[in-house]
Amino acid sequence: MSSNDEVNDGQSGLSRRTVLGSTVAVAVAAPLVAGVAEATASSSAVAAAAETVSVRVKVNGTMRTVVVDPRVTLLDTLRERLGLTGTKKGCDRGQCGACTVHVDGERVLSCLTLAATTDQREVTTIEGLANGDRLHPMQQAFIERDGLQCGFCTSGQIMSAVAVVEEGRAHSDNEIKESMSGNICRCSCYPAIVEAIKDAQKVMR
Amino acid sequence: MHPYTFSQPRSVRDALSTAGPGAAFLAGGTTLVDLMKLDVMTPGHVLDINRLPLRGIRRDRDGLHIGALDRMSDVAAHRTVRESYPVISQALELSASGQLRNMASIGGNLLQRTRCGYFRDVTTPCNKRTPGSGCSALNGVNRNHAILGTSDACIATHPSDLAVALVALSTEVHLASTQGVRTVLLDRFYEVPGNTPHLENVLRPGELITGITVPHLPWAAKSLYLKIRDRQSYEFALSSAAVALEMSGRTIKQARVAVGGMGTKPWRLTNVEKALAGRRAGEAAFEAAVENAADGARTRALNGFKPALLRRTLVRALTALTTESR
Repeated sequence: MSSNDEVNDGQSGLSRRTVLGSTVAVAVAAPLVAGVAEATASSSAVAAAAETVSVRVKVNGTMRTVVVDPRVTLLDTLRERLGLTGTKKGCDRGQCGACTVHVDGERVLSCLTLAATTDQREVTTIEGLANGDRLHPMQQAFIERDGLQCGFCTSGQIMSAVAVVEEGRAHSDNEIKESMSGNICRCSCYPAIVEAIKDAQKVMR
Repeated sequence: MHPYTFSQPRSVRDALSTAGPGAAFLAGGTTLVDLMKLDVMTPGHVLDINRLPLRGIRRDRDGLHIGALDRMSDVAAHRTVRESYPVISQALELSASGQLRNMASIGGNLLQRTRCGYFRDVTTPCNKRTPGSGCSALNGVNRNHAILGTSDACIATHPSDLAVALVALSTEVHLASTQGVRTVLLDRFYEVPGNTPHLENVLRPGELITGITVPHLPWAAKSLYLKIRDRQSYEFALSSAAVALEMSGRTIKQARVAVGGMGTKPWRLTNVEKALAGRRAGEAAFEAAVENAADGARTRALNGFKPALLRRTLVRALTALTTESR
């Protein structure tokens, strides 16, 4: 799917997908709210659900404009609206680190970041790390050290690892383990991940 | 997630005039977005306050000033904080993960909600979430729950590490509302649950934390935060201690002591502080001084180990602080 289908030009206001998205949000919200509140409350709540926020955000170096429901996370915006599915949804609760991206150069959890708060900010995802066909040293090191098995946590691990090196928190195995503790790997590739970070650090500096 | 309207005020005045019952301030979002997804928090309006000028770490004669929107990672790394108030820096570094510390604000950290599993699960009774519905933790899975400041309505543990360090240092919190500004001692900012566990602090509807001031305390340079947890990293405290000591040779002149993981709010232990004053540092003296630290504790079926753990955490923290080379 081309990005033109999904992203507004910033002038027409609403794209086809936005309209569909908003309609779905209203349809889903109404019965949920009606179940717990009086009819008057639900009608105002539904009105609120139709509200959208226009966000201009630089993603991997390209300025994008998206119109989003204010409840939508950066994670869902990247995956569902911008087609950047490299960022993974693990727990969706800020507990596993699979959704780690960089916002304004710092590693954050995209599942706990509302897209509406990223207006005028810069987001880097796993898709933005490589330089053309040349992998980022951290990506290369994860491959060479077998720092993954199933791979689901890997993009979060790599985004976090790049930041850990840039933060200067990779001086020892123990410091790397502590700095990377917010990225869970169910396959338990931790020793290989530590080795990969140590390798990449030498190239990054 | 329940629907809400969204705004991004540019000034504190605009934020306060828009806030009120049913509205929630959004800073780092690490608590609010999580709890909105779980339907535990259902604000009708969300104010993104990240554009407000509430940042800046500076020191003057009154002490250390930190803005409500300064991030945990920035405060932890700040040179003045590391050198003059290591207990604050350590409490922050031992909190959450690198990603979460980059996101979470100081004001938000002080307002983070309990990790009690029943509070987070809308299918179970919880007096804190739904007043009058009952407390599932009293006879439930309560291993991590509080033993100090509890009531028959709530035994939820306060989760913040930072707040434990700040309470030990007599930190003040600055508040603003349309009615004006006021300053409250952080220890008095928090309230024990009693019969109203849904009221966790003295914040009024629409009132905003704008910053904190840690009083000037030169001897806080000798301070430490010790955190005991079920895994080595990225976990909430089962027990923790913030300690600062003013020493004269090997003799303790004054002490500041607070504990986490034990109370329904960050728990200052002035009785231990008094018992430490005038003593010569040493394990036997520490054990004597913390003998009554857990006085008033009420344990439940699964957390009967906590009074002993509290005392041992304190002794280990005090021993570490007085034996490390400085």
